[in-house]
Amino acid sequence: MKRSAEKVGWQPRANGCSLPAHGCDRKNGYVRGFPGPESHSQIHHIAHNGGLYKRPFNETFEETPMLVAVLTYVGYGVLTLFGYLRDFLRQWKIEKCHNATERDEQKDFVPLYQDFENFYTRNLYMRIRDSWNRPICSVPGAKVDMLERVSHDYNWTFKYTGNIIKDVINMGSYNYLGFAENTDACKKAVAEVLSQYGCGVCSTRQEMGNLDKHEELESLVARFLGVESVLAYGMGFATNSMNIPALVGKGCLILSDELNHASLVLGARLSGATIRIFKHNNMQSLEKLLKDAIVYGQPRTHRPWKKILIIVEGIYSMEGSIVRLPEVIALKKKYKSYLYMDEAHSIGALGPSGRGVVEYFGLNPEDVDIMMGTFSKSFGAAGGYVGGKKELIDYLRVYSHSTVYATSFSPPVLQQIIASMKCIMGEDGTTFGKFRIQQLAENTRYFRRQLKKMGFIIYGNEDSPVVPLMLYMPAKIGAFGREMLKRHVGVVVVGFPATPIIESRARICLSASHSREILDTALKKIDEVGNLLLLKYSRHRVLPLLDRPFDETTYEETDD
Amino acid sequence: MDLKQIKDYIYWLYFQYLLVTCIYVLEPWERSVFHTITITVVAMVVYTAYVFVPIHVRLAFGFFSQVFGSQTENTL
Repeated sequence: MKRSAEKVGWQPRANGCSLPAHGCDRKNGYVRGFPGPESHSQIHHIAHNGGLYKRPFNETFEETPMLVAVLTYVGYGVLTLFGYLRDFLRQWKIEKCHNATERDEQKDFVPLYQDFENFYTRNLYMRIRDSWNRPICSVPGAKVDMLERVSHDYNWTFKYTGNIIKDVINMGSYNYLGFAENTDACKKAVAEVLSQYGCGVCSTRQEMGNLDKHEELESLVARFLGVESVLAYGMGFATNSMNIPALVGKGCLILSDELNHASLVLGARLSGATIRIFKHNNMQSLEKLLKDAIVYGQPRTHRPWKKILIIVEGIYSMEGSIVRLPEVIALKKKYKSYLYMDEAHSIGALGPSGRGVVEYFGLNPEDVDIMMGTFSKSFGAAGGYVGGKKELIDYLRVYSHSTVYATSFSPPVLQQIIASMKCIMGEDGTTFGKFRIQQLAENTRYFRRQLKKMGFIIYGNEDSPVVPLMLYMPAKIGAFGREMLKRHVGVVVVGFPATPIIESRARICLSASHSREILDTALKKIDEVGNLLLLKYSRHRVLPLLDRPFDETTYEETDD
Repeated sequence: MDLKQIKDYIYWLYFQYLLVTCIYVLEPWERSVFHTITITVVAMVVYTAYVFVPIHVRLAFGFFSQVFGSQTENTL
């Protein structure tokens, strides 16, 4: 490792774009860090085990201001009271009941619509439902057309007016590299494949549905990721939920991050393995669980666990945080467990050449046992993949439900992935791919910095293209969505149950297709709405959660 | 011009009140129920204050003047 050369050439730039200069030192998580010229002032959260990171890792979660938290609860209190009032009126037939109710014949059975989530949907979500599920009617690129709709009965039903809201700035699609478009070379290649192969395959991979294109895709993805072999599926969610049960079973232990995606949670539950949950991105918590697992073994019998599988995500789509991969890999090696990483949001979006978290931290792809990811975000297509050692993938090819039962990839979708991936790798003879990655990294840094400067509370890592902007109060969720759309900016707002009940937020996804002009317009509108709704909560008081030494008092025992 | 600014500001304050109490998302009749309740409560508080505060103030004044008055007698 030529450290002296690196010292001279190393300039931390957006999204790790300086990394290829020292791509040679990809050994493992234990590469000794070197004090870069700016790293001293920037590294915040790695004081307890410095040296694993080769680039500044700035991840912040600002504390919820006390007043805001109290007012949020007051708001939910008012809404809940009125919810009970409305439920009462509905029950006594004083007002018309729109929602589903139990039939008379089922009166004495277990009630279906009385739990909290149903109450929430009926009485809270229904009031601001117009900010969700809006139909769009164009390519979801940097700008998008939307169908206008109105509701005359307070969001119980919607009517389309027939008008189209033109050129809404799209801040919601997972179109990180801007491949969701209908103009460039990808489209031409897809059209050719469509005329050659048709659209459907009508069989599974194990029967008559294995095309030469599938093989081409898998070898290309394997080359892209730097792994031995890859298996691709037609659906990203199923990739997770169907492969975890094939990998682990009874007598195995899954250590799962508390904010893992629903597909991972479902897969882990289906597998029948014991699941323990560690605090989000908290390595002390993970290490404690690993230690306990090794020391105590399985409950009651105290036999050792057959396998221990750590499941993490690359970028967490609700928090905008990036996994502390160097530390996870170090722990994984120390305790001889396996690592399953879901790169749904990070593949294509992170790393100097778009190869995800592993490249972002400059690690070796072989250190991650199972690399999972999707094609539906950065590549503008659909589906998912699993990559790893050849034996592992051959095993999955036979035992995974997705290969056995799922109809295989549609050829045009395949071609979209192949074309976009070749573009990212520069194999199409252009530098568009490289340019897009650069553009995304710059957009991310610029947008996050501007929002912070305006005084919004922004969660997550400074390099993550997912930008959660905190709204907190339930009325502001609806108001933010409406006011932004009024100003021709489309944003995704998120509330319970996708987030904790007081931490409602707007999730902004940046894209390489956003030009600086578009971003400036969007920022101006967000600023305007932020002033109108009083959203600039930031007191720059960083939550000390990640720096705090982890001890027994912060630990909640999970039952087996 | 100035009047318009004040009007805008009052409207903005009202909007904040709507947002914080979440009545922004309620239906009009629910809003009027909420407003009625709020106005009633505030009116009662103000009225109670108007009726009882002067009495309490007078009593307190009497009490403290007595306390300090006796003290001065003692020191003398």
